[in-house]
Amino acid sequence: MNLGIFIEQVPDGDGAWWEMLASGLGWTLGTAFFAWIMAFTLGSIVGVARTTDKPSLVRAGNAYVELFRNIPLIVQFFVWYFVVPGLVPAVKAWVVSLDPTEHQFVTSIVCLGLFTSARIAEQVRAGIQSLSHGQRDAGYAIGLTRPQTYRHVLLPMAYRIIIPPLTSEVMNLIKNTAVAYSIGLVELFFRTREMAEMTFRYFEAFAAATLIYMVIAMSANRVMALIERRVAVPGYIAGGK
Amino acid sequence: MIEIKNVSKWYGSFQVLNHCSTHVRKGEVVVVCGPSGSGKSTLIKTVNALEPFQKGEITVDGISVGDSKTDLPKLRAKIGMVFQNFELFPHMKITENLTIGQIKVLGRSPDEARERGLKMLDRVGLIDQMDKYPGQLSGGQQQRVAIARALSMDPIAMLFDEPTSALDPEMINEVLDVMVELAQEGMTMMCVTHEMGFARKVAHRVIFMDQGSIVEDATKDDFFGKPRSERAQQFLSKILHH
Ligand SMILES: Nc1ncnc2c1ncn2[C@@H]1O[C@H](COP(=O)(O)OP(=O)(O)O)[C@@H](O)[C@H]1O
Ligand SMILES: [Mg+2]
Repeated sequence: MNLGIFIEQVPDGDGAWWEMLASGLGWTLGTAFFAWIMAFTLGSIVGVARTTDKPSLVRAGNAYVELFRNIPLIVQFFVWYFVVPGLVPAVKAWVVSLDPTEHQFVTSIVCLGLFTSARIAEQVRAGIQSLSHGQRDAGYAIGLTRPQTYRHVLLPMAYRIIIPPLTSEVMNLIKNTAVAYSIGLVELFFRTREMAEMTFRYFEAFAAATLIYMVIAMSANRVMALIERRVAVPGYIAGGK
Repeated sequence: MIEIKNVSKWYGSFQVLNHCSTHVRKGEVVVVCGPSGSGKSTLIKTVNALEPFQKGEITVDGISVGDSKTDLPKLRAKIGMVFQNFELFPHMKITENLTIGQIKVLGRSPDEARERGLKMLDRVGLIDQMDKYPGQLSGGQQQRVAIARALSMDPIAMLFDEPTSALDPEMINEVLDVMVELAQEGMTMMCVTHEMGFARKVAHRVIFMDQGSIVEDATKDDFFGKPRSERAQQFLSKILHH
């Protein structure tokens, strides 16, 4: 093991290898962050749609989830990166106005955001449906509208209940950013491979990457645990109805 | 106040309400009883449109419940409802449970809502619990809070769906006492309950339901004196022997 490799300069590059990895980490975190915001927002909307009494909304929501859940993630990356711009002229026009890194970054966010949103939609649906039907009735009975009942009665409890599976989704999302390497996004895994192949220091490069991925995943886990404790409802028995 | 005319409802091909007609006048207390599955909850929930119905008509204070043009949230805000399983909002403190409807639906200021809510909480004897969460209260206390929550909205009528059936026996009376007091103050009430002591004490009329139909709709004295239908007699003898 040669830790000195990390401060060696990258040939034809600016900076040392550790800086390359740090920059890769930056793209990984940026992708995960924006994809999470997108996934959480869309996933909540689709999850809610699937619990309404409107059959058309329920069917559309179910189709959405099936679509994004059943196609391998790497295939979705290729479809968004290579196929969609060719099919939709407006997307094509926009994409050519971006530099390649921007294009890869945006594609990764959209692709991971949609993929993860389908999984979150499933959790949100399950969370809402685990609440007793009487909660919805109680909201309506005091005169709350349907959106108000979701906003103030159903979702606050549903989100609390699904914090553990949401934690796994955060961690999955972070790990899934590595697939963005397949369309050339210079995220952590891309940089790790690059370093390994150019220096033949496979062990050092991948040991560093392993460590970094573990630290991010564990931090995400801790943050979620902290949130879970912060929003815990006094006296509420999990699973009790 | 509440007029139910020829209401029928189906779940698929299963008829859960069969031409039900009755009424609750202003200040009247009507008790609805009948075997499990006879449609009592369904009937009482049609009154505030928690359950839609396919046939017939219901009006509350002159407003048609089934009319698609009716502003249901506004109508529901005028009718208090108390559920078998309390259905307090577990993530809200007792005070928030009491004020959310007043603030979001009636547009009261938080201070005004709080004042009104605490007055109702005091009335059900739980003012010292205002900063707790529902999960920290006993079942009987939760149900009293649920009553206070409904009363905070200044309802013109109250619906109760088996408010004491989920309670341990020693907690039933604290809830019934609140209900009796309400009835004696002249609140218009429609109560699904098997508490015949309560019915004897404050009900004006008793309705007996069986298999989706209103089999008996009698004044309290007639009902307890000589139920006309055999089903009602059997039912009464069963629950009174408990
Ligand atoms: N959502 C539903 N779908 C189908 N059947 C239902 C539904 N809700 C209630 N029922 C049926 O309707 C009948 C009346 O139910 P309910 O009004 O709850 O009776 P009660 O309150 O008198 O016990 C029961 O047979 C019940 O199984
Ligand atoms: Mg019932």
